[in-house]
Amino acid sequence: MKNARTYQFATKPSIVSTAVSVGPLEKQSPFRPHFDHVYEDERFGEDSNEKGHATLIEDTCKLAIMKGGFQATDIDLFLAGDLVNQMTPTNFAARELATPFMGMFSACATSISSLITASFFLETNQMERILFGSASQHNAVERQFRYPIEYGAQKPPTGQWTVTGAGFGILSQYQRDKPYVHSATIGQVVDCECKDPLDMGSAMAPAAFDTIQQHLSQNKGTSYDFVMTGDLGKNGSAILQELIRTSGVSSYLVDKYRDAGAEFYGNNEKFLSGGSGAGCSASVYYGPIYAELLKKQWKKILLVATGALLSPLSFQQGETIPCIAHAVELTME
Amino acid sequence: MDAKSFQQTVDKIAPKRPVLKNCLKAFLTGGIICGIGQLISFFYMYFFPFTERTSSNPTVSTIIFITMLLTGFGVYKKIGQFGGAGSAVPVTGFGNAMVSAAIEHKSEGFILGVGSNIFKLAGSVIVYGVFSAFIVALIKTILVQMGVINW
Repeated sequence: MKNARTYQFATKPSIVSTAVSVGPLEKQSPFRPHFDHVYEDERFGEDSNEKGHATLIEDTCKLAIMKGGFQATDIDLFLAGDLVNQMTPTNFAARELATPFMGMFSACATSISSLITASFFLETNQMERILFGSASQHNAVERQFRYPIEYGAQKPPTGQWTVTGAGFGILSQYQRDKPYVHSATIGQVVDCECKDPLDMGSAMAPAAFDTIQQHLSQNKGTSYDFVMTGDLGKNGSAILQELIRTSGVSSYLVDKYRDAGAEFYGNNEKFLSGGSGAGCSASVYYGPIYAELLKKQWKKILLVATGALLSPLSFQQGETIPCIAHAVELTME
Repeated sequence: MDAKSFQQTVDKIAPKRPVLKNCLKAFLTGGIICGIGQLISFFYMYFFPFTERTSSNPTVSTIIFITMLLTGFGVYKKIGQFGGAGSAVPVTGFGNAMVSAAIEHKSEGFILGVGSNIFKLAGSVIVYGVFSAFIVALIKTILVQMGVINW
């Protein structure tokens, strides 16, 4: 054990291409101009939500491969995950893509855990191109974790809306004109005994805090354009800001802090605390944020995706919600 | 960070459910649903040979039918978000629980999907409804047998 959770990547693996697709409701997002594809059908032309979820993943992956000017046969490894039982949508999409594949599950933090894993694989110089990312489809995820879609349950103001979206990218050797992965921090599972599955923001905030604190302690003196968490929502990000403020880790962070979930649907109150899901952070990170990095609008950012590691069963059995956060520092020269 | 002090932070920052506002909305929604039910009940009493007592059966069926349509068209979940318990407690809530589960599981077929999941949410209402009705009937039977009350 080298006693570190933060790793620097000497080979500077670069994200050479990305693609983001979303569902019809996500048209309302202020990030809309940066989505490659907005579907008009929430099932993506399929007859079940789960099949639609797989199609969303498959199409977005193909788009990322195409945008990079590659073929599916150029991909050495496909690393991805989603939130549905046994990750069938991702597994089924991998069947169609026919690339070497390993499924990953870090709940909504899969968008970043897949990128971290890809970075390590590339460091070995045994692979050239890795397709990574994550996705979620609102109906497929909600029906599994909560109630039937048409059931009239009242959600509290801390509730979040699972985003229908997919964000995938291709990580390859260092390229000067592309953002690269400078370093990463692997999260630890943090459980602050939150039990409310309709308030995941509160449950995940301590995990994000722990990972951010760890990453910053290993990268002292680095100045970030901003730190962006995945899907804490308006409530969770307010709690994280309070944790940062009271701990005095790095007070400048409070102003330069953003959250993909809180920003995803703008200030539309219908979406309560904001967006969530594995597709939320992925579609923001690999859509608008990636585009802005390419334009050199930002030079150094810290992306911290958070995941709530619960299942409907664990919640019904009265277990608390353990959470995780993984961080990646992206740099654009 | 210990869980206890973190929970205090959550209590301080997390927005609370607006209980008073929700109660008023529930009162309004529940009241309107029951008002409509009463109108339907009058309808059956005036136009069909139903009495005040017997009109409840066709009324409940009609209300559940309307709920089915509203659920299918995606309207009921919006009423539910607005009305909370006001839309869950009347029989419409029961109808919505069944129909939403049926719609949801149609993709798994009629036997494994709809048939076995239709009572997923409403099942508890039936189980504990039947059980408590049995207990109440038992108590009443005993009291009648003892001569305390009449049927």
